[in-house]
Amino acid sequence: MKAVYARPKLLKEAHFHYCPGCGHGIINRLLMEVIEEMDLQGDAICVAPAGCGMLLYNYFEIDVVEAAHGRGAAVATGIKRVRPQNLVFSYQGDGDLAAIGTAEGFHAANRGENITVIFVNNGVYGMTGGQMAPTTLLDQVTTTTPTGRDSDLAGHPVRICEVFSVLDGTSYLERVAVNKPAAVVKAKKAITKAFQRQIDGAGFSLVEILSPCPVNWKMGPLEACTWIDEVMARQFPLGVFKEVPC
Amino acid sequence: MRRLMSGNAALGEAAVLSGCTHYFGYPITPQNELTEYMARRMPGAGGVFIQSESEIAAINMVLGASVAGARSMTSSSGPGMSLKQEGISYLAADELPAVIVNMVRGGPGMGNISAAQSDYFQATRGGGHGDYRTVVLAPGSVQELTEIVPLAFDLADKYRNPVIILGDGMLGQMMEPVDFDGLVRPPDYDKSWALTGAKDRPAQAIYSLIFDTKLQEEHNWKLQRKFRLIEQNEVRYETYLADDAEMIVVAYGIGARVAKGAIKRLREENLKVGMIRPITLWPFPTKALREMAKTVSDFFVFEMSAGQMVEDVRLALEGKGHIHFYGRPGGVIPMPVELYRIISRHYYQAHSGGKRKKR
Repeated sequence: MKAVYARPKLLKEAHFHYCPGCGHGIINRLLMEVIEEMDLQGDAICVAPAGCGMLLYNYFEIDVVEAAHGRGAAVATGIKRVRPQNLVFSYQGDGDLAAIGTAEGFHAANRGENITVIFVNNGVYGMTGGQMAPTTLLDQVTTTTPTGRDSDLAGHPVRICEVFSVLDGTSYLERVAVNKPAAVVKAKKAITKAFQRQIDGAGFSLVEILSPCPVNWKMGPLEACTWIDEVMARQFPLGVFKEVPC
Repeated sequence: MRRLMSGNAALGEAAVLSGCTHYFGYPITPQNELTEYMARRMPGAGGVFIQSESEIAAINMVLGASVAGARSMTSSSGPGMSLKQEGISYLAADELPAVIVNMVRGGPGMGNISAAQSDYFQATRGGGHGDYRTVVLAPGSVQELTEIVPLAFDLADKYRNPVIILGDGMLGQMMEPVDFDGLVRPPDYDKSWALTGAKDRPAQAIYSLIFDTKLQEEHNWKLQRKFRLIEQNEVRYETYLADDAEMIVVAYGIGARVAKGAIKRLREENLKVGMIRPITLWPFPTKALREMAKTVSDFFVFEMSAGQMVEDVRLALEGKGHIHFYGRPGGVIPMPVELYRIISRHYYQAHSGGKRKKR
């Protein structure tokens, strides 16, 4: 029988700790596929976040350092400034990048640091049990917005790609999703492009990935995938927000 | 060749000569001359200077540079040091070397930009969350920075632990002659733990999240064993006219400079007062003080704070000797003559005969 798919070698033979239907597993696998296909195992250094992605070193067969909550882009800056020849990327959730680490992400982008941020947007704080994130939609119910997010109290969902697109230091910004096969293929292409641009020295790149969190959204996995298309992507439209020719 | 330099600038030069290649900092008085010196000096030295968006970012850039194997440094003053504590805790937990400079100013809160010694607790007790220690070095002059700075980088690399240089606004900003001829660049240490990419070796990870409490406990004991080793091997202090002293002044950094002036006057009047100046505030020269307490009964602690190091003196003396204290918080820098008057009063009271119970 012809093998059409296999687990990437860089993905360790470990059980993911992610909940059923979670998008992190897909994103982890894509990252290792891309790094394997680009033959970057010996160059890649990943900065893991605080949040659902914090155990990446259990899954990735590449060098990983864990950053404090929100500080991924600053840690990645330090690494890249020492080792400009390495592929340096941070993996950050929405609370990590769009709330507690906004300053670090924003200014790394503004400096045009030649790093890549993999930004997983699932609209909630997953690891801590489903509290409101900066990206939670208006009226969306979370454990800290029990009657739905009210803009008077909690502001509006933050659109990172749009905000970062006006910074002169950013080189490539794309928002993708991992809720269906065609979207996953696009996500993989975006990650590949971001890494290639870093190798080419183009400057700061960020791939925002809309990712299902069925457990905290109180949905079934399929329903969660549909919800990304029908509801979430209206607030967070997919596409390339910036691509500076390099 | 002797040059006239501010403590801040001299510290920057000493860092470069010690092999520091990456500096990340955020402006705050009274340490700006250091940040500015690094901005000018680093590019020519083949290093990297970045003005970060905050002290939090700066310490995390230091962490990143350290993870990647570089000698890196950041500097700040009181309010900024509070922000850096998160990163310092991670550096200690991850066993990463780094040098962090605090030119202490008057606090708490915004405080002022004058010299103070009120961050002693923060520096010597770890400062951030969790069970850890930082090595704390307290230079007393601009020239001494040429020994303290290479020592800081050496200890950081040797023990894979953050090292704090605890100066103050006066040390940072005053200009003194300094020469770097005697500065010895610390040796390079094996850094096979650094993240360089999994080339010709298995992938490796640096992290401090340890869900298994037993493993976390063992990690913490491992850190503690290292701290005990540092306590055994790295205590440094200086004594001044201590051999025949009947009263020992305990003071550090710029406070010890003021005290030295006072002691000179006291000696002119034949008051037998000497001094011990801790150079490492952690590890504290506990044994040296305990040894002194065998022959000296009076210890006069002077600090430019409301009294922080005095607690370490109490712990060191374990009830032996009599502890006197004088402190000026808030950024006030007392003159030697003021300290002379206070010490002589305490000296005469202590020696007025028979009033105190024999120990």
